[in-house]
Amino acid sequence: MANIIELKNITKTFEDGYAAVEEFNLTVEKGEFVTFLGPSGCGKTTTLRMIAGFENPTSGEILLNGEDIQKLPPEKRPINTVFQRYALFPHLNIYDNIAFGLKIKKMSKDVIDRKVKRVLDLVDLEGFENRKVSTLSGGQQQRIAIARALVNEPEILLLDEPLGALDLQMRKEMQLELKNMHDQLGITFIYVTHDQEEALTMSDKIVVMSHGKIHQIGTPEDIYNEPKDAFVADFIGESNIFGGVMTGDKKVRFCGAEFDCVDDVEHGTMIDAVVRPEDVMITSPDQGQIKGVVDSVIFKGVHYEIVVVSGKNEIIVQTTKKAEVGDVVGLCIEPEGIHIMIAEDVVNRIETSVNSELELKFLEGYLDFDITEVIPGSTVEDGVLRNTHGDVIDAEKLRFIVSIKPGDIEMSDNEEDGVVMGHITSLVYKGDHYSYLVQTDTGEEIMVDDEDLWNMDDYVSLIIPREKVSYGLKKA
Amino acid sequence: MKTNRRLLSIPYGIFLALFVVFPLIVIIYYAFTDQTGAPSLQNLFHFFTSSNHVGTLVYSLSIAITTTLVCLILGYPLAYILARSKRPGVQIILLLIVMPMWINFTLRITALKEILTLVEGNLSFHPYLNTVIGMTYDFLPFMILPMYNSLAKLDESLIEAAHDLGAGAFGTFIKVILPLSVPGIISGIVMVFLPSMTNYVVLDMLYNKTYIMGSLIGAYFNAYDWHNGSMISLILLALIVLITIFSNRYGEEDEKGGAVLNAKNN
Repeated sequence: MANIIELKNITKTFEDGYAAVEEFNLTVEKGEFVTFLGPSGCGKTTTLRMIAGFENPTSGEILLNGEDIQKLPPEKRPINTVFQRYALFPHLNIYDNIAFGLKIKKMSKDVIDRKVKRVLDLVDLEGFENRKVSTLSGGQQQRIAIARALVNEPEILLLDEPLGALDLQMRKEMQLELKNMHDQLGITFIYVTHDQEEALTMSDKIVVMSHGKIHQIGTPEDIYNEPKDAFVADFIGESNIFGGVMTGDKKVRFCGAEFDCVDDVEHGTMIDAVVRPEDVMITSPDQGQIKGVVDSVIFKGVHYEIVVVSGKNEIIVQTTKKAEVGDVVGLCIEPEGIHIMIAEDVVNRIETSVNSELELKFLEGYLDFDITEVIPGSTVEDGVLRNTHGDVIDAEKLRFIVSIKPGDIEMSDNEEDGVVMGHITSLVYKGDHYSYLVQTDTGEEIMVDDEDLWNMDDYVSLIIPREKVSYGLKKA
Repeated sequence: MKTNRRLLSIPYGIFLALFVVFPLIVIIYYAFTDQTGAPSLQNLFHFFTSSNHVGTLVYSLSIAITTTLVCLILGYPLAYILARSKRPGVQIILLLIVMPMWINFTLRITALKEILTLVEGNLSFHPYLNTVIGMTYDFLPFMILPMYNSLAKLDESLIEAAHDLGAGAFGTFIKVILPLSVPGIISGIVMVFLPSMTNYVVLDMLYNKTYIMGSLIGAYFNAYDWHNGSMISLILLALIVLITIFSNRYGEEDEKGGAVLNAKNN
């Protein structure tokens, strides 16, 4: 199928320097239902607004049917938007709201009448022509907003969290209706949501985003079954993520036991194993691959959500069989239920430099260090650095890398304790600990592993023991 | 608790009764009685049969309409630019607009008189023009602030929706922005039109010898003719009521008197 829209290397940096979208590449085929999925502030709405023409990318290209449309204002693009809060014109009745675009195109009254009627049929609001916007319920306003966009027969329909303001029942209904409309009309839909279930239900293709970057593009099945990294696994549905290591041919060790798996990853690789709660089976203690104690049981309607503690790991299980808190149980995971992800870079590397006193800058302070250790054969005399030949080196121009492992950093509430303060911007539970991302006041992003639960946006002090920090010269 | 709260309204209740309700009753009494105190409609007939008085009404209306139009033409673009601008200087410009209202009215008009004399030489050559300039100078902030309020409240996504549906800058203005700012325009008009029908101090100070409604009432009261003065006051009151009813149909509740105060607080 032909590509209808292509986004090439799109980057959007706002005037205040905030990078909303970075290096965004996406191809959408004609007639596809594509969903941008991610937590709020991930850049999904900004991307949508760039397609609509309300924002211009700082760099990159947007191609519509192979042609660059960056110079086109929104009114010239064959694209219509369904806005988050509907944006219906309060001074116009329903007919005039829907006919707004058609009247601008100077269509005849007959044609407009017919089109408005047809699109009102489509959204199931026949006979609403003369009603005022304020007399409609949220769900009805939403349908009118969709009708107003669709009546223009756009090539692409953009939907910005259109169901966000509706109650659960209405959302489910509208999800199905939107999906039906998409199938009926053959128009390309680009949909923005933070609701993973909505994305999985409706989309042909899902783009998972966070912090302005794409994590994964794939079908709902791909995204759910084969998440590319811990963020995707954690964001899409409930999942258990365990740190582990490959121990042989399609064999993996985590939670203190060895499991067969289907992913062929090199022996000895550090990995994250993702196990969906519904893929864990509860057995009798001696039949299980691992043993554990039931810690909590929550009834969720269709199933029970049971948390089993095994050693230091917590495992979430979804099952239709009830268990009692305190029961000793065995747990089994089929090879197909284990998804292996090669572990992300697990060392924090911070680029830095030295000051005139040859002290190494590190976050908000300085580390005393012996620069001659880092640069082989160099000497320091009277505060001047010389190389093996005795030539002076301008030390302040050198770049250094300071490394610290996430597990070596501790977090504290008390500002006095640590070397730098920062906000927690992401957290993922990895079986026996949480993996945090802390955005420091100095602008660095630092990974921290901690067994205790902190909250998103917590302002924490990072305790970094001097003896755990290693450093080296940055290779040019 | 409830009785306590009701007690709080007593001071204002007394004030209202003494200075609003009672004088109004007195005005109505005088308006519908003749010199002997007998009930009569002669004051009403007198106003509408006197060509002088009808002429004054027409002249007042003419001054008020011109002033309102000039304020609207000067004020709307400014209110629009201020409301849609994202620059941080907007608050300062708004303050500059509001500030003259904090300076004594007589002082302002005196200053204006000096400036106009400097430009025109003799003020008596252009009484009508001077009056309109004086009124505009005085009432322009009252026009700008409610319009600014209703434009600033305008949901940005409505403008985006208009563009999205194919409207250019002009189409968006005519079809969306202008209709949605009508409540602000109406309260602006109400706040400028009525005072400029009656504020004869502006005319006095700028040497305009023609009477407007305010001066007419003043003249009767100065001549101790309470009856005709009261009737003209009532006619003016009726006009105000009519305009308020008309504007209520369009304006929203919070777009009215509160608008100016809101803008000040912003």
